[in-house]
Amino acid sequence: MAGQARTLEIQIGPLDRLEQADAIKELFRDIPGLGAIRDIESPQANTRSFAVETTSTNDDLLDLFAFHVAKEQVLIRDAAVPASGAAADEDEETVLVAGAAEGEAYGFFSEAPGAPRADAPHAAQAPAQAVKVAAAPKASEPKVAMQAQMESTTIRVDVKKVDQLINLVGELVITQAMLAQNSRGLDAGAYQQLLAGLADLDRNTRDLQESVMSIRMIPMSIVFSRFPRMLRDLANKLGKKVELVTLGEATELDKGLVEKITDPLTHLVRNSCDHGIEMPADRLAKGKSEHGTITLSASHQGGSIVIEVRDDGRGLSREKILSKAQERGIEVSEQMSDAEVWQLIFAPGFSTADEVTDVSGRGVGMDVVKRNIAALNGSVEIDSAEGYGMKVSVRLPLTLAIMDGMSVGVSDEVYILPLSSVVESFQVNADDVSTVAQGSQLVKVRDEYMPVIALEKIFQVPRFDPNKSSNIMVVVEADGSRVALLVDELLGQHQVVVKNLESNYRKVPNVSGATILGDGTVALILDTGGLVRRARH
Amino acid sequence: MSVMGKTAEAVPTGTREYLTFRLDQEEYGIDILKVQEIRGYEPPTRIANAPNFIKGVVNLRGTIVPIVDMRLKFNCAQADYNSFTVVIILNLRNRVVGIVVDSVSDVMELTPESIRSAPDIESAIDNSCILGLGSVGERMLILLDIEKLMSGVDMGLVTANE
Repeated sequence: MAGQARTLEIQIGPLDRLEQADAIKELFRDIPGLGAIRDIESPQANTRSFAVETTSTNDDLLDLFAFHVAKEQVLIRDAAVPASGAAADEDEETVLVAGAAEGEAYGFFSEAPGAPRADAPHAAQAPAQAVKVAAAPKASEPKVAMQAQMESTTIRVDVKKVDQLINLVGELVITQAMLAQNSRGLDAGAYQQLLAGLADLDRNTRDLQESVMSIRMIPMSIVFSRFPRMLRDLANKLGKKVELVTLGEATELDKGLVEKITDPLTHLVRNSCDHGIEMPADRLAKGKSEHGTITLSASHQGGSIVIEVRDDGRGLSREKILSKAQERGIEVSEQMSDAEVWQLIFAPGFSTADEVTDVSGRGVGMDVVKRNIAALNGSVEIDSAEGYGMKVSVRLPLTLAIMDGMSVGVSDEVYILPLSSVVESFQVNADDVSTVAQGSQLVKVRDEYMPVIALEKIFQVPRFDPNKSSNIMVVVEADGSRVALLVDELLGQHQVVVKNLESNYRKVPNVSGATILGDGTVALILDTGGLVRRARH
Repeated sequence: MSVMGKTAEAVPTGTREYLTFRLDQEEYGIDILKVQEIRGYEPPTRIANAPNFIKGVVNLRGTIVPIVDMRLKFNCAQADYNSFTVVIILNLRNRVVGIVVDSVSDVMELTPESIRSAPDIESAIDNSCILGLGSVGERMLILLDIEKLMSGVDMGLVTANE
């Protein structure tokens, strides 16, 4: 895969924001061995140009760049050939034609699996003077038409403005709540008009808040809708038969997250199709149906959003990964758990593919996926059974999602529990609580024992009133197991806006975020997943 | 010509404005450009297991802002909360932090000449966070590099690997 060092000129654009291209420079900084990059003057105002020295092929570079800019926006040419303006235009045209021819070529090959598919890109690369990769020109036309249609009914607004709007509305709601509180003691007869006005204000602010909140949320179907076509093209190219199933398309996700999750998801789906799903003949030989199935699903789980990419292909091979890791000098042992072994594929440059195809197998990818998702404070988990398929779960926190919360009181403090993880609550009898070794407590609920976590203890809540004590238990469930939280009182249920604690502070153990209560004070939202893990260890 | 000469005289190069505040008997100065606003103290929401000088977080028009009590951080003898206690909201590299001080005095212009380098002394503050000592008449100001001070690991506002 690695050829000799080449000097390239890469032009990126047209871009809405030139800073987008900075991410490309970071790629070169972050990935060892990729090469060197430096800025050079760009001929147009809305494009950026870079001089690059690298040993990677153009396709490799494009795959990497695809995480940050669309492939159509990247123009790679050999720096040895100086391109004056007119000449460059001509080059572009010729290559567009080449691109179309390439597309046809794939269609042709797809009917004959096993044909040397890698030939086409190499042939295209040989004259490598100006390779403008136009991803299927046919595809771009309907897209343009759709975009024009969208533009007439939508406007593009800076997310910052929306956030500011949301904050302001939040303040308005708090002010309204305060007014409502203060007007409660007024004589209804004497202040009839004032009170009627306040009632209207109450309703209007509520409606306003709801509609403002919904601005940022868009359904996952926007992301999922791009996959059927991509997968069909890819399956044709690889000579495989793949069906795509999407679940939970209505799950709403913050707009900012949607934009950032699309590229990693594309990579995962491509991986599943290329590495996971076997050739139809192999599948039949293994007693599976000829069609492989890739399932994309999205769901809310305990305050986070989980997006799963699942395939029923060949799964990960433990032996192969371990031996590859040893080859690469990564320390491994046979005793490693499966989960630890799967984590190895996130190492930069790691690939178990026997042959490198133009789709994947070069080992650049999973590490970038993981890094992109970690940048969103998310995590990636892999589950696999050899011969039966694998599942990659991407768990993302809600940056800005409204959550149904249950507020509980401990001494003078208020904490919020995600309502989705609350199972039940009850008044506890002293007889039901038993203490086991090391002072941890268990409570018996309908013949099931579960660990007790006293919020007072783990949050070191100061007690001012010795007469008050915790005697209510709230059973919460996360990651499939349950614990009972010991609290003083249940205060109520309401929708809360999840605010990030980490933007100005840092991560706090057992806390997933914060919210602002009706009286303007801050309450912490408990991380039930963390609490359950803590209790079960 | 003369007008231009005057403006140049009035604002000599390198003059910066500092917001001065009081902690116990000492007067400190911080770069005014780092200050977003000044507010009265309102009880924050406590955060468990945080160092004692982090009082908690407050809601500042929809933003969650951590509050650091500088008097506790600098080991002042007294740290009372009354109607005169003031919170200075700082805007540091996209991070918003509030600091509790005894009182805010005024805004002062200091020329580079009136700033002396600080002697190496043992104190609760890391020496590299002190820009120097500013002298204005009889008063002495301790000029803080508040950005550096707040982003230090021992402040507990950022995790070590950030």
